Parts: sequence; structure tokens; C-alpha cells
Amino acid sequence: MEYFTLFMGAVIVNNFVLTRFLGLCIFFGVSKSLNASVGMGMAVASILTVSSALAWMVYNWVLVPYNLVFLKIVVFVVLIASFVQFLEIAIKKFAPALYEMWGIYLVLIATNCVVLGVPLINASANFDFIKSVINAFGSGAGFALAIILMASLREKLQYADVPKTLQGLGIAFILAGMLALSFLGFSGMIPL
Amino acid sequence: MEHSLVQHSMIILIIMTSLGIIFGLVLAYANKKMAIEVNPLVHIVEDVLPKGQCGACGFAGCMAYAEAVVTNPDVPPNLCTPGKDPVAKAVAEITGKKAAAMDPRIAQVKCAGTPDKAVQAYHYSGVQDCVAANLMFGGQKTCKYGCLGFGTCVAACPFKAMTMSESGLPVIDPEACTGCGKCETVCPKKVISMIPVGAHVRVNCNSHDRGPAAKKACGAACIGCTLCAKECPHGAVAMTNNLAIVDGKVCIEKCSDPVCLAKCPTKAIRKAVAGIVPGTEPEA
Repeated sequence: MEYFTLFMGAVIVNNFVLTRFLGLCIFFGVSKSLNASVGMGMAVASILTVSSALAWMVYNWVLVPYNLVFLKIVVFVVLIASFVQFLEIAIKKFAPALYEMWGIYLVLIATNCVVLGVPLINASANFDFIKSVINAFGSGAGFALAIILMASLREKLQYADVPKTLQGLGIAFILAGMLALSFLGFSGMIPL
Repeated sequence: MEHSLVQHSMIILIIMTSLGIIFGLVLAYANKKMAIEVNPLVHIVEDVLPKGQCGACGFAGCMAYAEAVVTNPDVPPNLCTPGKDPVAKAVAEITGKKAAAMDPRIAQVKCAGTPDKAVQAYHYSGVQDCVAANLMFGGQKTCKYGCLGFGTCVAACPFKAMTMSESGLPVIDPEACTGCGKCETVCPKKVISMIPVGAHVRVNCNSHDRGPAAKKACGAACIGCTLCAKECPHGAVAMTNNLAIVDGKVCIEKCSDPVCLAKCPTKAIRKAVAGIVPGTEPEA
């Protein structure tokens, strides 16, 4: 039950995009078409889960024993960058179709703040390994949920008569604000 | 664990270095072990390309085009606009495809609205960039179609073929311009277009305003009087939304003595002379 609340909390209540406002660059950049956003959401969720697990290992087995906790940001950045690079090579080799689909997004994720934010939050909350992974997967699923919601809304918006001054990013920001407001309704449901 | 500062620094150095080495080794191993064999032709083709990375071919860069033209039989070898005929021939030879002829193109600024001719709607003192100025009610000129003159195209040109003249209009160096179309893409006014090299005339205006409004906003404007279209015996000049547009291809092929520009009341249609400020061409 504890794990379930942690997961739901990460997906909905503390949704990274809509309540913590992290990872907004990809949220706006890739949410123009539903297909791309599904791919992006999946990519973020899977990378987030694995890189958080790796980060947990490095943090608890290397940084904490040697009193190097203050270096965690640097170490996590290097870790995530090399992991994403590794993943790109591996996917290119073993799943070319997936590579075609994820394309440039995969590399973009290396610079996404959600991917850095989750290990840092895991570290500061002193989560154990399972909790870290669940929190990371939940955050990734939350990101996917947010970006897919946004993409479907923006696809619908194509048919709307938007005033000229608000076309494009302008209306997207208003939309994101409304989404964030509606997600505010979940706050307090699960105390974290 | 209590350490002295020196010991602590040593530990940091050792740990960070070993972490870096481990990550590096894993990546190097992965790169070696999972390397995908790239067709060697791709690199040969890439060497032939001009490497302006302009994207005129429609691919992300020269490498992407080289890969596509080698692996995909439907990608023609003559997409590299900057490379013109020699590159198209070379690529065709390497890939064994048939090269179609290339029409060399050159950028043209469709505006002669120098400060003494174009009326200023307000004084703009914001970020010195066309895209930024365009956000302010479409720029500082009364004419909403003309060149804003902050040189966004000049900065974007990968071949350094554009310079900003003192009169606030960009000048295109015909030697350096490859016709890649990068300037066309970045211009917020879409005032730059590609014309075939060798076209006899060009229209130095982009205004779709009706005659009186266009004339009021700029002394060099095309007022849409249709005189040039009526004069041209080959039908190379068409009128679209109060603006004369010259079909450069017809112009080169059929015309030897352009008569369309004689009657233009605002001298908006002129002889196409490369490398000078639009609007300063010698009178016909």
C-alpha cells in the first residue's frame, strides 16, 4: 500500500510537469503531435527508471560512504549523460525501429531536468532502492501522462479559431496553465 | 570517517577519476562492441558535399543527406543546392544514380524600402533582430511586408554571402551565394526568395497592399497597376494580390529584351543586377 501511494503520488499529486514545473522544455517542444509525445513519454519513463536506479547505487554505495554527498549533482549529470549515450548505442544496434521512433528525443533527455531532478529528490528523501525506483517510474509515468494529455489537447486545438496573437506557443502556455490548475485539485490527497 | 582536507581532496580525486574512467570504459566498450557498419560510400559522399550544414536538401545536415542518398534509392543526388552541378554529378557518380540538371539559384531581397523611401511607423529600439522587431506590431515600417533591416538573414547565412548595406537592406554577393535558401527560412517577413540565376528582371517589392496604401507606405512599392504584366509578351509576369511576380524560368528561356520595366510608375520592377542594394539598379 505504501508503494502504491508513493507511485500514485508521483504520477498525479506531485506530477513533475504540472505541479513541480520541471521538464517544461520538452513538454512544450514535443507536445505538438500525439505520436511523438507517446514516444517521448515512454522514453522518459524508461530512462528515468533505470538512471534513478543507477544513481541510487552510486549515491548510496560510493558517495555516502566517502562523505562526497555534496558532489551528487556533478556525479548524477555525468552518470545520466553516459547512460543515455550507452542506451543510444545499444538501441541503435538492437532495436533500430525503436531508434527511428525515438530519434533525437533520446539524446535530448540527457539534458532534461526531470531526469536529474528525480535522483536528487530520491537522495534528499533518503528513499531505499525499491522506493527510489517506484518514485522514478511514477514520475516518468506522470511526465508521460502530462505530455500525452497536452499533445491530445493541442491536436484538438488545430481546429479551434485561436486569436492571431495567441497562436502557437501563447495558447499552449495558457493550456498548460489550465492543466496545472486542474492538477492542483489533487494536491493534499496524498500527504508526502 | 574523519579525514584531513588533503586526504579528503585525494579521495575526491580518486573517486571522481575512477567513476569517469568506469563510465568512459563502458561507453568505449559499448561503442566498439555494438558498432554498426556504416556503408563506406556514406563517408565518400560526405567528403564531396560542401559541408555548409545549411539543410537546403531537406535533411538535418550534410551527413544525414549523405546517408540518405546512399541508402535510399528514392533520394535524388541533386538535392545539394550549394554544391550546384559539380557536386550533383559527383554524388551521382559515387552512388550510381542519374543526375538531373540543376538550376542555379540566387537569393533576392524583394524590398527597396530604404529609410528615405519607406515611411517609419514608429522608432524601434528593442533587440536588434528582425524576428524580435517583427513581434512589435510587425516591425517599425508602415509597410508590413518590407525588409526590417536588422540582418537576421546576414547572421544566418552559412556562406557569408550577405552583408548589410548602409541603407539598411542586405546585399547578396553573387559569387558566394549558393542559393541554399537559409535566409528565406529565417526571414520573418519572407521578403527574401530564390530566383534563377540569369533572370532579366526582378520586382523589388513584397507588398500585397492595394495601390494607394502601398504607395503611401513606401515610395518604392509595387502598386499592383498590372502594367508590367500587360507589357510582357511571354506571360512571365503574373499579378498575385496586388503584387507583380516574375517567373524567372520563363524570363530566362523566352525573353531577350525585357520591355516590362519601361512603364513601371514606381520603378519597382528593375533589371536584375546581382550584388547591389535593391533599388539602385541603373535605369532601363
